[in-house]
Amino acid sequence: MLERLPDLVNGNAALVRRGRHFSTTFLVEVGSHGWLVQVREGRIDSVERGPFRMASWSFALRGTAEGWAKFWQPVPPPYYQDIFGLLRQGELRFEGDLLPLWANMLYVKGVMGALRGNGGAS
Amino acid sequence: MSVAFEPIVGRYLPFTFQGRTYRLYIEEAGQGIPLLCLHTAGSDTRQYRALMNDAQVTQRYRVIAFDLPWHGKSSPPAGWHHEEYKLTRDFYIEIIVAVARALELDRPVVMGCSIGGRVVLGLAADHADAFRAIIGLQSSASPSAYYDIAWLDHPGVDHSEAALGAVSGLMAPMSPDTERWETLWHYMQGGPGVFYGDLHFYTVDGDLHDRLRRIDTTRCPLYLLTGEYDYSCKPEYTLEVGKAVPGAKTTIMKGLGHFPMSENPALFRSFILPVLDEIARLD
Repeated sequence: MLERLPDLVNGNAALVRRGRHFSTTFLVEVGSHGWLVQVREGRIDSVERGPFRMASWSFALRGTAEGWAKFWQPVPPPYYQDIFGLLRQGELRFEGDLLPLWANMLYVKGVMGALRGNGGAS
Repeated sequence: MSVAFEPIVGRYLPFTFQGRTYRLYIEEAGQGIPLLCLHTAGSDTRQYRALMNDAQVTQRYRVIAFDLPWHGKSSPPAGWHHEEYKLTRDFYIEIIVAVARALELDRPVVMGCSIGGRVVLGLAADHADAFRAIIGLQSSASPSAYYDIAWLDHPGVDHSEAALGAVSGLMAPMSPDTERWETLWHYMQGGPGVFYGDLHFYTVDGDLHDRLRRIDTTRCPLYLLTGEYDYSCKPEYTLEVGKAVPGAKTTIMKGLGHFPMSENPALFRSFILPVLDEIARLD
Protein backbone atom coordinates (compact mmCIF):
# COMPACT_ATOMS: atom_id res chain seq x y z
CA MET A 1 0.00 0.00 0.00
CA LEU A 2 2.03 3.05 1.12
CA GLU A 3 5.21 1.08 0.43
CA ARG A 4 4.79 2.08 -3.23
CA LEU A 5 5.27 5.76 -2.47
CA PRO A 6 8.99 5.97 -3.34
CA ASP A 7 8.25 4.62 -6.83
CA LEU A 8 5.22 6.82 -7.32
CA VAL A 9 6.71 10.06 -5.99
CA ASN A 10 10.43 10.02 -6.74
CA GLY A 11 9.87 9.71 -10.49
CA ASN A 12 7.52 12.71 -10.50
CA ALA A 13 9.87 15.64 -11.07
CA ALA A 14 7.20 18.32 -10.57
CA LEU A 15 6.11 16.86 -7.24
CA VAL A 16 9.70 16.39 -6.02
CA ARG A 17 10.45 20.00 -6.96
CA ARG A 18 7.38 21.17 -5.04
CA GLY A 19 8.77 19.45 -1.95
CA ARG A 20 12.39 20.49 -2.44
CA HIS A 21 12.51 22.33 0.91
CA PHE A 22 10.61 19.63 2.75
CA SER A 23 12.40 17.09 4.92
CA THR A 24 10.51 15.36 7.71
CA THR A 25 8.90 12.13 8.84
CA PHE A 26 5.12 11.96 9.03
CA LEU A 27 2.71 9.26 10.14
CA VAL A 28 -0.20 8.03 8.05
CA GLU A 29 -2.87 5.89 9.63
CA VAL A 30 -5.36 3.93 7.58
CA GLY A 31 -7.73 2.48 10.13
CA SER A 32 -5.65 0.42 12.54
CA HIS A 33 -2.55 0.34 10.29
CA GLY A 34 0.21 2.92 10.41
CA TRP A 35 3.11 3.95 8.18
CA LEU A 36 5.98 6.32 8.79
CA VAL A 37 6.87 8.22 5.65
CA GLN A 38 10.33 9.75 5.62
CA VAL A 39 10.81 12.64 3.18
CA ARG A 40 14.11 14.23 2.28
CA GLU A 41 14.05 17.31 0.04
CA GLY A 42 10.91 16.15 -1.69
CA ARG A 43 11.97 12.56 -2.25
CA ILE A 44 10.51 9.66 -0.26
CA ASP A 45 13.51 8.15 1.51
CA SER A 46 11.67 5.32 3.22
CA VAL A 47 8.26 4.02 4.17
CA GLU A 48 8.04 1.87 7.26
CA ARG A 49 4.96 -0.08 8.27
CA GLY A 50 3.92 -0.30 11.91
CA PRO A 51 3.11 -1.26 14.54
CA PHE A 52 5.64 1.07 16.18
CA ARG A 53 6.86 1.05 19.75
CA MET A 54 8.69 4.39 19.68
CA ALA A 55 7.57 6.26 16.58
CA SER A 56 8.86 9.79 16.07
CA TRP A 57 7.10 12.05 13.59
CA SER A 58 6.30 15.72 13.01
CA PHE A 59 2.64 15.39 12.04
CA ALA A 60 0.13 12.63 11.57
CA LEU A 61 -2.70 12.05 9.13
CA ARG A 62 -5.00 9.67 10.98
CA GLY A 63 -7.81 8.45 8.74
CA THR A 64 -10.41 5.73 8.63
CA ALA A 65 -9.93 2.82 6.22
CA GLU A 66 -13.29 3.62 4.61
CA GLY A 67 -12.41 7.30 4.09
CA TRP A 68 -9.04 6.57 2.48
CA ALA A 69 -10.58 3.84 0.31
CA LYS A 70 -12.99 6.40 -1.16
CA PHE A 71 -10.19 8.98 -1.49
CA TRP A 72 -8.10 6.50 -3.50
CA GLN A 73 -10.85 5.52 -5.94
CA PRO A 74 -9.93 6.54 -9.53
CA VAL A 75 -12.88 8.98 -9.46
CA PRO A 76 -13.67 9.62 -5.80
CA PRO A 77 -17.28 10.23 -4.78
CA PRO A 78 -18.24 13.80 -3.80
CA TYR A 79 -16.42 15.11 -0.67
CA TYR A 80 -13.79 12.34 -0.84
CA GLN A 81 -11.64 13.85 -3.60
CA ASP A 82 -9.32 15.65 -1.15
CA ILE A 83 -7.89 15.24 2.34
CA PHE A 84 -9.81 18.38 3.39
CA GLY A 85 -12.98 16.59 2.31
CA LEU A 86 -11.98 13.70 4.58
CA LEU A 87 -11.48 16.24 7.39
CA ARG A 88 -14.90 17.71 6.71
CA GLN A 89 -16.47 14.24 6.77
CA GLY A 90 -14.82 13.34 10.06
CA GLU A 91 -12.82 10.59 8.32
CA LEU A 92 -9.42 12.18 8.95
CA ARG A 93 -7.57 14.13 11.65
CA PHE A 94 -4.41 16.23 11.40
CA GLU A 95 -2.25 15.95 14.52
CA GLY A 96 1.13 17.11 15.77
CA ASP A 97 3.19 20.00 14.44
CA LEU A 98 1.04 21.27 11.60
CA LEU A 99 3.44 24.00 10.45
CA PRO A 100 5.43 21.72 8.09
CA LEU A 101 2.17 20.25 6.84
CA TRP A 102 0.62 23.65 6.06
CA ALA A 103 3.84 24.93 4.54
CA ASN A 104 3.89 21.93 2.18
CA MET A 105 0.18 21.15 1.89
CA LEU A 106 0.10 20.73 -1.87
CA TYR A 107 3.12 18.42 -1.76
CA VAL A 108 1.52 16.23 0.91
CA LYS A 109 -1.72 16.18 -1.08
CA GLY A 110 0.31 15.14 -4.10
CA VAL A 111 1.97 12.31 -2.18
CA MET A 112 -1.28 10.93 -0.80
CA GLY A 113 -3.00 11.43 -4.14
CA ALA A 114 -0.21 9.52 -5.93
CA LEU A 115 -1.75 6.35 -4.53
CA ARG A 116 -5.05 7.09 -6.28
CA GLY A 117 -5.95 4.33 -8.70
CA ASN A 118 -2.63 2.67 -7.83
CA GLY A 119 -4.01 0.13 -5.43
CA GLY A 120 -3.63 2.60 -2.57
CA ALA A 121 -6.50 1.00 -0.74
CA SER A 122 -5.61 -2.61 -1.53
CA MET B 1 -5.87 44.55 -39.32
CA SER B 2 -7.85 44.11 -36.14
CA VAL B 3 -6.60 42.80 -32.84
CA ALA B 4 -8.49 39.83 -31.47
CA PHE B 5 -9.10 41.22 -28.00
CA GLU B 6 -11.61 39.54 -25.73
CA PRO B 7 -14.77 41.66 -25.34
CA ILE B 8 -14.07 42.26 -21.64
CA VAL B 9 -13.26 45.86 -20.67
CA GLY B 10 -11.84 46.84 -17.27
CA ARG B 11 -11.91 50.29 -15.61
CA TYR B 12 -11.17 51.83 -12.23
CA LEU B 13 -13.75 53.69 -10.15
CA PRO B 14 -12.92 56.05 -7.28
CA PHE B 15 -15.54 54.92 -4.78
CA THR B 16 -16.37 56.44 -1.41
CA PHE B 17 -18.16 54.14 0.99
CA GLN B 18 -18.77 54.50 4.72
CA GLY B 19 -16.37 57.44 4.91
CA ARG B 20 -13.44 55.77 3.16
CA THR B 21 -12.29 56.02 -0.42
CA TYR B 22 -11.43 52.94 -2.43
CA ARG B 23 -10.09 52.46 -5.91
CA LEU B 24 -12.35 49.76 -7.31
CA TYR B 25 -11.58 47.64 -10.34
CA ILE B 26 -14.63 46.82 -12.41
CA GLU B 27 -14.91 44.87 -15.62
CA GLU B 28 -17.77 44.17 -17.94
CA ALA B 29 -18.85 42.74 -21.25
CA GLY B 30 -22.09 42.67 -23.22
CA GLN B 31 -25.26 44.67 -23.27
CA GLY B 32 -28.79 44.36 -21.99
CA ILE B 33 -29.96 43.27 -18.57
CA PRO B 34 -27.29 44.12 -16.00
CA LEU B 35 -25.86 41.02 -14.32
CA LEU B 36 -23.64 41.88 -11.36
CA CYS B 37 -21.26 39.04 -10.43
CA LEU B 38 -19.58 38.52 -7.04
CA HIS B 39 -16.34 36.58 -6.73
CA THR B 40 -15.50 34.07 -3.98
CA ALA B 41 -13.41 34.67 -0.84
CA GLY B 42 -9.78 35.52 -1.58
CA SER B 43 -10.24 35.67 -5.34
CA ASP B 44 -11.33 38.23 -7.94
CA THR B 45 -13.43 39.01 -10.99
CA ARG B 46 -11.44 36.74 -13.29
CA GLN B 47 -13.58 33.87 -12.04
CA TYR B 48 -16.27 35.17 -14.41
CA ARG B 49 -13.98 35.35 -17.48
CA ALA B 50 -15.85 32.62 -19.35
CA LEU B 51 -19.28 34.08 -18.71
CA MET B 52 -18.08 37.44 -20.06
CA ASN B 53 -16.68 35.74 -23.13
CA ASP B 54 -19.88 33.80 -23.83
CA ALA B 55 -21.75 35.52 -26.68
CA GLN B 56 -24.92 33.66 -25.80
CA VAL B 57 -24.85 35.45 -22.45
CA THR B 58 -23.51 38.84 -23.50
CA GLN B 59 -25.97 39.37 -26.34
CA ARG B 60 -28.72 39.78 -23.71
CA TYR B 61 -26.81 40.60 -20.53
CA ARG B 62 -24.38 43.30 -19.55
CA VAL B 63 -22.16 41.18 -17.31
CA ILE B 64 -20.36 43.28 -14.68
CA ALA B 65 -18.00 42.17 -11.93
CA PHE B 66 -16.01 44.16 -9.40
CA ASP B 67 -13.09 43.24 -7.22
CA LEU B 68 -13.96 43.82 -3.58
CA PRO B 69 -11.58 46.26 -1.85
CA TRP B 70 -8.31 44.45 -1.01
CA HIS B 71 -8.94 41.96 -3.87
CA GLY B 72 -7.65 41.62 -7.41
CA LYS B 73 -6.86 45.06 -8.79
CA SER B 74 -8.98 46.97 -6.25
CA SER B 75 -6.80 48.68 -3.66
CA PRO B 76 -7.20 48.48 0.07
CA PRO B 77 -8.08 51.83 1.65
CA ALA B 78 -5.40 54.29 2.76
CA GLY B 79 -4.01 53.20 6.11
CA TRP B 80 -4.50 49.50 5.39
CA HIS B 81 -1.10 48.69 6.85
CA HIS B 82 -2.35 49.69 10.30
CA GLU B 83 -5.32 47.35 10.36
CA GLU B 84 -6.41 43.74 10.06
CA TYR B 85 -8.73 43.04 7.16
CA LYS B 86 -11.96 41.34 8.18
CA LEU B 87 -15.04 41.09 5.99
CA THR B 88 -18.23 41.58 8.00
CA ARG B 89 -21.80 40.77 7.10
CA ASP B 90 -23.07 44.35 7.12
CA PHE B 91 -20.13 45.78 5.17
CA TYR B 92 -20.45 43.08 2.53
CA ILE B 93 -24.18 43.49 2.01
CA GLU B 94 -24.04 47.27 1.94
CA ILE B 95 -21.08 47.62 -0.40
CA ILE B 96 -22.80 45.51 -3.05
CA VAL B 97 -25.90 47.71 -2.89
CA ALA B 98 -23.70 50.82 -3.00
CA VAL B 99 -21.68 49.63 -6.00
CA ALA B 100 -24.85 48.76 -7.92
CA ARG B 101 -26.12 52.27 -7.17
CA ALA B 102 -22.83 53.97 -8.06
CA LEU B 103 -22.82 52.18 -11.41
CA GLU B 104 -26.41 53.35 -11.97
CA LEU B 105 -27.53 49.80 -12.72
CA ASP B 106 -31.26 49.43 -13.24
CA ARG B 107 -32.37 46.60 -10.96
CA PRO B 108 -29.55 44.25 -11.89
CA VAL B 109 -29.58 40.51 -11.56
CA VAL B 110 -26.98 39.66 -8.92
CA MET B 111 -25.05 36.40 -8.88
CA GLY B 112 -22.52 35.43 -6.23
CA CYS B 113 -20.53 32.32 -5.42
CA SER B 114 -19.51 30.90 -2.03
CA ILE B 115 -19.30 33.95 0.28
CA GLY B 116 -21.08 35.66 -2.62
CA GLY B 117 -23.64 32.88 -2.66
CA ARG B 118 -24.19 33.53 1.04
CA VAL B 119 -24.39 37.32 0.85
CA VAL B 120 -26.98 37.32 -1.93
CA LEU B 121 -29.39 35.77 0.60
CA GLY B 122 -29.02 38.98 2.61
CA LEU B 123 -29.68 41.02 -0.52
CA ALA B 124 -32.78 38.92 -1.21
CA ALA B 125 -34.02 39.44 2.36
CA ASP B 126 -33.57 43.20 2.65
CA HIS B 127 -32.92 44.70 -0.79
CA ALA B 128 -35.33 42.79 -3.02
CA ASP B 129 -36.53 45.96 -4.72
CA ALA B 130 -33.03 46.80 -5.89
CA PHE B 131 -32.58 43.56 -7.83
CA ARG B 132 -34.66 41.83 -10.50
CA ALA B 133 -33.44 38.32 -9.69
CA ILE B 134 -30.88 36.72 -7.44
CA ILE B 135 -28.64 33.76 -8.21
CA GLY B 136 -26.70 32.02 -5.46
CA LEU B 137 -23.91 29.64 -6.41
CA GLN B 138 -22.72 27.36 -3.59
CA SER B 139 -25.09 29.09 -1.17
CA SER B 140 -25.33 28.35 2.51
CA ALA B 141 -27.11 30.40 5.17
CA SER B 142 -24.86 29.82 8.17
CA PRO B 143 -21.16 29.62 9.00
CA SER B 144 -19.60 26.20 9.41
CA ALA B 145 -15.82 25.94 9.82
CA TYR B 146 -14.04 22.63 9.32
CA TYR B 147 -10.38 23.59 9.59
CA ASP B 148 -8.33 26.12 11.51
CA ILE B 149 -8.28 29.10 9.15
CA ALA B 150 -5.54 30.85 11.17
CA TRP B 151 -3.02 28.89 9.06
CA LEU B 152 -4.02 31.00 6.07
CA ASP B 153 -2.41 34.05 7.68
CA HIS B 154 0.64 32.69 9.44
CA PRO B 155 4.17 34.05 8.97
CA GLY B 156 5.64 30.54 8.86
CA VAL B 157 3.53 29.52 5.88
CA ASP B 158 3.58 31.15 2.45
CA HIS B 159 0.06 32.53 2.25
CA SER B 160 -0.41 31.75 -1.43
CA GLU B 161 0.61 28.13 -0.90
CA ALA B 162 -1.71 27.93 2.11
CA ALA B 163 -4.64 29.31 0.11
CA LEU B 164 -3.86 26.86 -2.67
CA GLY B 165 -3.67 24.00 -0.19
CA ALA B 166 -6.96 24.96 1.42
CA VAL B 167 -9.03 25.26 -1.76
CA SER B 168 -7.41 22.94 -4.31
CA GLY B 169 -9.63 20.02 -3.38
CA LEU B 170 -12.92 21.89 -3.59
CA MET B 171 -13.31 21.38 -7.32
CA ALA B 172 -14.72 18.33 -9.05
CA PRO B 173 -12.03 15.83 -10.04
CA MET B 174 -13.33 15.81 -13.62
CA SER B 175 -13.04 19.58 -14.10
CA PRO B 176 -10.44 20.41 -16.79
CA ASP B 177 -6.89 20.90 -15.53
CA THR B 178 -6.41 24.23 -17.30
CA GLU B 179 -9.46 25.82 -15.68
CA ARG B 180 -8.72 24.28 -12.28
CA TRP B 181 -5.22 25.68 -12.20
CA GLU B 182 -6.35 29.07 -13.54
CA THR B 183 -8.82 29.15 -10.64
CA LEU B 184 -6.04 28.29 -8.19
CA TRP B 185 -3.71 30.91 -9.65
CA HIS B 186 -6.25 33.60 -8.75
CA TYR B 187 -6.16 32.33 -5.17
CA MET B 188 -2.37 32.38 -5.11
CA GLN B 189 -2.40 36.03 -6.18
CA GLY B 190 -4.51 37.23 -3.27
CA GLY B 191 -2.86 39.58 -0.78
CA PRO B 192 -1.67 38.28 2.59
CA GLY B 193 -4.50 37.97 5.10
CA VAL B 194 -7.22 38.69 2.56
CA PHE B 195 -8.58 35.16 2.06
CA TYR B 196 -8.36 34.74 5.82
CA GLY B 197 -10.21 38.03 6.33
CA ASP B 198 -12.97 36.99 3.94
CA LEU B 199 -13.43 33.77 5.84
CA HIS B 200 -14.32 35.89 8.88
CA PHE B 201 -17.60 36.40 7.04
CA TYR B 202 -17.81 32.77 5.93
CA THR B 203 -17.09 31.25 9.34
CA VAL B 204 -17.91 33.88 12.01
CA ASP B 205 -19.80 37.08 11.14
CA GLY B 206 -21.97 35.85 8.31
CA ASP B 207 -25.08 34.18 9.62
CA LEU B 208 -28.12 34.90 7.47
CA HIS B 209 -30.32 32.04 8.59
CA ASP B 210 -32.69 34.28 10.55
CA ARG B 211 -33.23 36.46 7.48
CA LEU B 212 -34.37 33.68 5.17
CA ARG B 213 -37.98 34.11 6.28
CA ARG B 214 -37.91 37.68 4.97
CA ILE B 215 -37.15 36.53 1.42
CA ASP B 216 -40.15 36.98 -0.86
CA THR B 217 -39.50 35.27 -4.19
CA THR B 218 -42.62 36.83 -5.71
CA ARG B 219 -40.85 40.21 -5.44
CA CYS B 220 -37.44 38.94 -6.49
CA PRO B 221 -36.92 35.39 -7.80
CA LEU B 222 -34.18 33.33 -6.13
CA TYR B 223 -32.17 30.67 -7.96
CA LEU B 224 -29.75 28.39 -6.10
CA LEU B 225 -27.21 26.28 -7.97
CA THR B 226 -24.63 24.17 -6.16
CA GLY B 227 -21.92 21.82 -7.44
CA GLU B 228 -22.11 18.34 -5.95
CA TYR B 229 -18.38 18.01 -5.10
CA ASP B 230 -18.29 21.00 -2.74
CA TYR B 231 -17.56 19.79 0.78
CA SER B 232 -17.29 23.38 2.05
CA CYS B 233 -20.75 24.53 1.01
CA LYS B 234 -22.35 21.12 0.71
CA PRO B 235 -25.40 20.66 -1.50
CA GLU B 236 -27.35 19.78 1.65
CA TYR B 237 -26.78 23.32 2.98
CA THR B 238 -28.17 24.79 -0.23
CA LEU B 239 -31.13 22.41 -0.11
CA GLU B 240 -31.85 23.65 3.43
CA VAL B 241 -31.95 27.23 2.14
CA GLY B 242 -34.19 26.15 -0.73
CA LYS B 243 -36.55 24.46 1.69
CA ALA B 244 -36.69 27.51 3.97
CA VAL B 245 -37.53 29.93 1.14
CA PRO B 246 -40.83 29.25 -0.63
CA GLY B 247 -40.47 29.63 -4.38
CA ALA B 248 -36.68 29.29 -4.46
CA LYS B 249 -35.51 27.17 -7.38
CA THR B 250 -32.67 24.85 -6.39
CA THR B 251 -30.43 22.84 -8.70
CA ILE B 252 -27.63 20.51 -7.62
CA MET B 253 -25.06 20.53 -10.40
CA LYS B 254 -23.51 17.14 -11.16
CA GLY B 255 -19.81 17.09 -11.99
CA LEU B 256 -19.05 20.53 -10.51
CA GLY B 257 -17.49 21.71 -7.27
CA HIS B 258 -17.09 24.96 -5.32
CA PHE B 259 -16.15 27.21 -8.28
CA PRO B 260 -18.60 26.18 -11.02
CA MET B 261 -18.22 29.25 -13.27
CA SER B 262 -14.43 29.08 -13.14
CA GLU B 263 -13.49 25.38 -12.74
CA ASN B 264 -15.57 24.10 -15.65
CA PRO B 265 -17.23 26.92 -17.62
CA ALA B 266 -18.42 24.61 -20.41
CA LEU B 267 -20.39 22.44 -17.99
CA PHE B 268 -21.57 25.40 -15.89
CA ARG B 269 -23.15 27.11 -18.91
CA SER B 270 -25.47 24.12 -19.36
CA PHE B 271 -26.89 24.98 -15.92
CA ILE B 272 -26.80 28.77 -15.97
CA LEU B 273 -28.10 29.46 -19.50
CA PRO B 274 -31.61 28.11 -18.75
CA VAL B 275 -31.70 30.29 -15.61
CA LEU B 276 -30.63 33.39 -17.55
CA ASP B 277 -33.22 32.54 -20.24
CA GLU B 278 -35.92 32.36 -17.60
CA ILE B 279 -34.89 35.67 -16.02
CA ALA B 280 -34.79 37.36 -19.44
CA ARG B 281 -38.37 36.23 -20.01
CA LEU B 282 -39.50 37.89 -16.75
CA ASP B 283 -39.11 41.29 -18.37
